[in-house]
Parts: sequence; structure tokens; C-alpha cells
Amino acid sequence: MSGMRDIKRRIRSIKSTQQITKAMKMVAAAKLRRAQDKVTAARPFAREIQGVLSRLVGAASDVSHPLLETREVKKVAYIVVTADRGLCGGYNTNILRLVNTAFKNRNDLVLIPVGRKGRDLYKRLNKTIMAEYVGLGEDISFGTAQEIAKTVIDMYSEGQFDEVHLVFTEFVSALTQRPQQMQLLPIPAAKDAEGEGNAAVGPLYIFEPSPEGVLDELLPKYVETQIYRALLESKASEHGARMTAMGSATDNAKEMIAKLTLTFNRARQAAITKEISEVVGGAAALG
Amino acid sequence: MANKTYRLEVVTPERLVLSDDVEFTSAPGAEGSIGILADHAPLLTALQIGVLEYTKDGQNQKLTVTGGFLEVGDGKVTVLSNASERPVEIDISRAEAARRRAEARIEEAKRGTEDADLARAEFALKRALLRIDVSKFD
Repeated sequence: MSGMRDIKRRIRSIKSTQQITKAMKMVAAAKLRRAQDKVTAARPFAREIQGVLSRLVGAASDVSHPLLETREVKKVAYIVVTADRGLCGGYNTNILRLVNTAFKNRNDLVLIPVGRKGRDLYKRLNKTIMAEYVGLGEDISFGTAQEIAKTVIDMYSEGQFDEVHLVFTEFVSALTQRPQQMQLLPIPAAKDAEGEGNAAVGPLYIFEPSPEGVLDELLPKYVETQIYRALLESKASEHGARMTAMGSATDNAKEMIAKLTLTFNRARQAAITKEISEVVGGAAALG
Repeated sequence: MANKTYRLEVVTPERLVLSDDVEFTSAPGAEGSIGILADHAPLLTALQIGVLEYTKDGQNQKLTVTGGFLEVGDGKVTVLSNASERPVEIDISRAEAARRRAEARIEEAKRGTEDADLARAEFALKRALLRIDVSKFD
């Protein structure tokens, strides 16, 4: 008989878990929509600045700038964008696994984690953390990206590291998110093959104040934009991943409840049958 | 007499502010104000904080721009800026508050020795004044 009570208790517990996962799924879906809008809104700027940069480098190929120059690589920095919270399926794991493979190949890595999950892991592993950004919240502003970019550029200029990679999750769709790694510094600008087919021909630009002066402004802005985009894409991916994870958790709970209900009914039936046969058996003994 | 038009696009990291066919644009370039008519030579310039004016169908319109770039390309002018607003979008009370805050910070920074703080406060003040100024054209 106590078996029946246990089953009942389990069903109740699973039901309340299901309610939570269901609520989380709906919240994630709502947040995803907003995050997705932001990603879309940020795209024109990213595209334009990429275009301007590649046209500029194409038109004035003799310009040089510290942020464009490759130098001997002694230390590599990874900016790792993870979530602040868990319960989003493989989202954080996938990113951290990607960084892990990089760790296997070289031991001169330093880290700049963005998001609590990555920060906590690397702290535990005693890795070198150059700077950390946690608790960025829901509404990521361009100002946050600017702040990160400034720190990174300053450290890079001081020679604290010689190459910077950005690891983030690319938002493909609500169901698909892809961990990505891209080189941030030095800026791989020569790749003007991207869409800008006429860049090679390139009109002769008038530069004000000068090509170098424009680069001085443009390159940091480019870095800021890339970081901003990575943050937005990661945020949207996080919500997408959480939505999927919580959706399947809700489905699993439903399945478990169905199974347990069946077991419960069976146990109840067995109990009733037993009681009847006891009564019948008792009556027969009397008769 | 309809002047020849060209496409003007104003984009900020957060959104596309404007995409329209215009006749004339005047922008606060790094080395002074520049005016752009159709078929302008390719140009790439840094922008100062200031007012971007454009003419469409003979009507004069204004936008704020806080730094960034302007590129004149093939039949198209692109403005990349940190922030840009139309007059109607400006919240005057917020801009006024920002102005007072910036002024207070400048006072404070002048007494201290932090140059960076002063520069930032001055930039904030400029931005606030610009917004107040442009919002009057609503």
C-alpha cells in the first residue's frame, strides 16, 4: 500500500517540476524574440563597417596600423562568451569544449571570460584570467561591448598578448546554435573577398583627415562591433538553447507522469483485487 | 526643379536610423562641415559630434550624430555613428537631466586631477546640448 503513496508523491513532484520547466520555456521564448530582434537590428551596422574597412584597406593598401599588424605570437587571448546561468542544454558545454580543444594545442592561452559559467570554470581550473565580465543581464548595450573592446585593445597594445580570438555561439535559428571562433586581433582585414567583389578595383577615396586618422577611429569601432555582435548572437543562442532544453524537459516530464500514472492505476487495481479476494476468501471460510 | 537624388543611410550599432533618397546632406566632418550633393567623389571621413542635415523634396531634416564615419560610395552615402536620433525621438527632459549631470561632473573633475573624467564629462555635455538643440526643430 505504501508503494501507492510513493508513486503518488513522485507524480506530484514531477508535475511541479514540469510546471517550472514549462514556465522557463515560455519565458525563454519571449526573451528569444527580443534578442533576435536585436541581432537583426545590429546587422546593417556590422555589414557596413565590414564593407568600409575592406574597401579602405583595398584602396589604401600601404596603410599600416598596430591593430592590423601581425606580430610574433607569444600569448593568445580567448574571449569566451558563455551564459550567466545554466539550464540551457549543451549551450555552455559546447562553447567550453571548443575552447578546450584550443587548450590541447597550446599552453600559452590567457582568458577573458564573459558570463558567469565560463568564469567559474576557469577560476576553478586556475587558468590565467585577464579580465572578466559577468552579470551583463538581458539588455546588452553597445556600451558594454565598448568597455570590453577598450580593455582588450589596451591590453593588446601593451603587449600582454599578441593575438585575440573571440569564441561565441552563432545564432542560426531557434533550434540551431553553432559555437564559433574568430580572430579579433590583429584584424584579418585583407579578406575583402567577403561579398565585396568590387573592393579590389576600389574607387580612389578622399580621406579626411588622413587614411591613418580614419583607421585610428575605424579599427576600434570595428572591434567594438564584432564584440557587440558576438554578445547579441550568444544571448539569442542562449535563449534558443534554453527554450529547446526546457521544451524537451517538459515533454520528458509528461511522459514520466503518464508512465507513473499507469503504474499507479495498476497498483490500485491490484490492491482492490487483493481486498476482494480476501473478503471472498473470508466468507468462504465462514461458510 | 527636382535635384538629382542619392541614397542616404544612417546606421548605428543598435538599428538602421534612416534609409532614404535625398538631394543634399551636410555633415560635421572631422575637418569642418561638409556638404554632399549627388555624384560626389568617393570620400571617407571621420565625423564629429554634431548635426547631420539632409534635404528631401526640398524639405530640410535634421539628425543628431555622435561621432562615427561617413562614406561616400557609388551613388550611396553611408553614415556610421554610435548614436543618432531624429528630433521627435529626443527626450528633452532626459537630455536636460544629462546636461545638468555633465555640468556637475565637469565642476567636480576640474577640482580633481583626472583628465579622463573631464574629457568624458565634456563629451557628455556636448551630446546633451546637441540633443536639446536639435529637438527644437521638431
